[in-house]
Amino acid sequence: MHAPTKIELSRRELMGTAGALVFAFSVSDPGTVAAQQVMAAPEGGANSALDPTELDSWLAIAPDGKVTVFFGKMDGGQGTDLAMAMIVAEEMDVPLKDVDVVEGDTARTVNQGGASGSTGVRFAGSALRVAGAEARRVLVMKAAEKLGVDASQLTVTDGVVSVAGDPARKISYAELIGGGHFHSKIGWNKQYGNPLALTSPARPKTHDQYKIVGTTQPRLDVKGKVFGTKPWVQDIRVEGMLHGRMVRPPVAGASVASVDESSIAKIPGVQIVRKGDFIGVVAPREWNAIRAARTLKVNWTRTPDPFPDQAKIYDHIRQSPVTKSDKTEEGQVDAAFAGAARVVEAEYEWPFQSHASMGPACALADVRADGVTVWTGTQKPHFAAQGVAGVLGVPVEKVRAIWVAGPGSYGRNDAGDATMDAAVLSQAVGKPVRVQYMRNEGHGWDPKAPASVHRGRAALDKDGNVLALEFWSRGFSRLETNSTEADPGDTLAGMLLGHKGKRTPAFNLPENAYTFSNKRLGWETIAALLPGASPLRTSHMRDPLGPQITFASESFMDEVAYAVGADPVEFRLKYLTEPRDRAAIQAAAEKAGWQPGKAGTRRTQRGNIVTGRGVAYQQRGGTIVAIIADAEVNTRTGEIRVPRVVVAHDCGLIVNPGGLRHVVECNVVQGLSRTIHEEVKFDHRNVTSVDWLTYPIVDIGEAPRVIDVVLLNHPEAISTGAGEATMRPLAAAVNNAIFEATGTRLRRAPLNAARIKASTV
Amino acid sequence: MAQYRLKVNGTVHTIEADPGMPLLYALRDDLKMDNPHFGCGLSQCGACTVHLDGVATRSCVTEMSKVGNREVTTLTGLGTPEHPHPLQTAYVEEEVPQCGYCLNGWIMTAAAFLKTKKHPTEDEIRDALAGLKCRCGTHTGIVRAVKRAAEKMA
Ligand code: FES
Ligand code: FES
Repeated sequence: MHAPTKIELSRRELMGTAGALVFAFSVSDPGTVAAQQVMAAPEGGANSALDPTELDSWLAIAPDGKVTVFFGKMDGGQGTDLAMAMIVAEEMDVPLKDVDVVEGDTARTVNQGGASGSTGVRFAGSALRVAGAEARRVLVMKAAEKLGVDASQLTVTDGVVSVAGDPARKISYAELIGGGHFHSKIGWNKQYGNPLALTSPARPKTHDQYKIVGTTQPRLDVKGKVFGTKPWVQDIRVEGMLHGRMVRPPVAGASVASVDESSIAKIPGVQIVRKGDFIGVVAPREWNAIRAARTLKVNWTRTPDPFPDQAKIYDHIRQSPVTKSDKTEEGQVDAAFAGAARVVEAEYEWPFQSHASMGPACALADVRADGVTVWTGTQKPHFAAQGVAGVLGVPVEKVRAIWVAGPGSYGRNDAGDATMDAAVLSQAVGKPVRVQYMRNEGHGWDPKAPASVHRGRAALDKDGNVLALEFWSRGFSRLETNSTEADPGDTLAGMLLGHKGKRTPAFNLPENAYTFSNKRLGWETIAALLPGASPLRTSHMRDPLGPQITFASESFMDEVAYAVGADPVEFRLKYLTEPRDRAAIQAAAEKAGWQPGKAGTRRTQRGNIVTGRGVAYQQRGGTIVAIIADAEVNTRTGEIRVPRVVVAHDCGLIVNPGGLRHVVECNVVQGLSRTIHEEVKFDHRNVTSVDWLTYPIVDIGEAPRVIDVVLLNHPEAISTGAGEATMRPLAAAVNNAIFEATGTRLRRAPLNAARIKASTV
Repeated sequence: MAQYRLKVNGTVHTIEADPGMPLLYALRDDLKMDNPHFGCGLSQCGACTVHLDGVATRSCVTEMSKVGNREVTTLTGLGTPEHPHPLQTAYVEEEVPQCGYCLNGWIMTAAAFLKTKKHPTEDEIRDALAGLKCRCGTHTGIVRAVKRAAEKMA
């Protein structure tokens, strides 16, 4: 039927490094061998623990001199794997094309924390920079011995070590070590995850020596995706695999009373797996598993309606008891307010939002007596392995999690839940099980970005100077469901099987750089609407709480600027002293052609279309973003378009400017989607946003015509991350543009046509 | 169960399937052709798009019994690394995807569109692709890639 699978050992075969045995497959049918393609049996069984203090755990050199980097995070299509390759190629002085990256496989990579908080380049890149520099140092020492010269007389070009001034005396990395081990130690700070750091006597290059870092290079993943030759996790299959589907309650929180097995008797090959309230079906044919999950008659217990009126959700947030709070205070805030000539005050509201990944999550688990393998799209495979071990009751050393690219997750989406479901089903039926969620689960049951309310208050003197700022947030926790699946209680399957999870109450303080002398910033969390396996449990979604908080804080800055009759750009600059903050705002203003003038005066009108221009700025973990957005509002329909967005972006040292531009652009469009459309709807019983009609996102007709990205490079500074920062000020920039266009201030997201229309009529 | 003859990318296959089963599952599960993806199963996103006799069609809602004699083309039938479709070339040059899970829908839909439309304007491109979903926000890159491919194909 299809061409027989031909398996060829690749150039990197049998590299013989600690946990690095990489197969490549020459195939005409990517699906059938996708599992093997992404898998590689490490030496010494399925779970040889990788030792972070061994240089061999970080990189390997094949007999032909090609370098493999072992990256303990993963890349979701933002090019972080390429950045790792660039950093290592730079430090080792090897051609970039000779560097390959293995990522997110617990058997081959050290736990560097998975994708997390835009830290790929910042933390993992720093560690791999040290590893690359150390590899070069060790190899140059070996070369010095072989060539009989002092190491100080050697240079390296394209992986060849030679004597300076006598290039005929040379030896290549391949000749020195190709296919072998370094057997060399590297310093490690005894931390796993994001804080993991390496040290070595080698001195990484200084930025003025960079030849590769700082240049635009092609991504490693694009061709495989475009030609369909690189598997997504949805494409992984193994011999004898069954298809699984889950059955979820129609009322959130309901328990299973009974299951009518006869209801699916006509569907061939189906097995029901029930463990308490965990209920799923498996079948050899996917279509039969789907039909069975739809048809199976389950009697659910009656349960009190779990959710309040959606229309009253913000009142619920305001009125619920506080579970935890935090604040910082500078100066004499109360005294400043007491002596104020005037106080400006406003409250803002942000809804629950769904990761709504492009494909509902999928995972494949093969639970055997001698070990467990899961193929997962989770951002944090090392932690997922821990969770799988916990839910199955097996030692973590027995679990191997292999990350395979899935639909972009952008935080704690449904991928981790599918992984646990697959593991539980596979253990129950003794066969490998592939679980793919249906669309209603992708929207309806993923962990949500928290809904929240924010209040800004500013004390002004009689001349309009800001004496004090108070900014308060109150909402659901960003960690009701943890951002990792290390504890089974942070997944649906785990909760249904009785695991509790940590359910940490957590919110964020705004990163506020304005130099107001009196400042109070704080937050409060409230309890989840329904504890446990709830479709409204809350967790991390791209830039956890950043869009919410900044929507409020930067809309509020505009309100204050308006109140004092200031120019919104000038007003921000007046209270910023750090040159990089100021430079970002000035760069955006210059690129956009910002015309100085009072807030509320940037309106033009043509027929029903009014246009305005707004600014917002924010820091995120050292990265600085200023955005100027144009808004066109149809005053008759409320419809909004954002034809142009200018982003000035400073994330310190830029590794790959082309890749960075792309990441910023996509952030703008996704951020616009969350700003103008996204809101999870629910009734008293369950989430009712269950597909793309009930949870609209941005359409191609609405994507900006022009996105101008101004990159501000600071090679002398560390790279502070770019995956999420643009998401922060985008909503506020758009909101401020809408205000300029319509003269009406919106304070509740999303800023959709219905709300705009209601506000302008 | 019934027997179906399916011609996919030039090769004829025989498949036993439930008449109500969507074509998507025959392609993915029976023929192991993974380019069409399950995104929604509701004809709302385009991830599952194939060509039926050259017409962009959402295979997640196309029942086996309705395929008939129409010839199925998938992304790999459209082009390969050795013989890429101009859209694939443009997608690579513009580095359009992030996760890329959506791209099957955009490329297959745009390929059918560009067969009938030479020199489309940006508005025409956006209209032709309306309704397709991309969660990662690659839309502006998609527009650039389709423009680039259209120029090459004209
Ligand atoms: S999967 Fe067919 S349109 Fe979404
Ligand atoms: S690239 Fe991820 S959904 Fe489009």
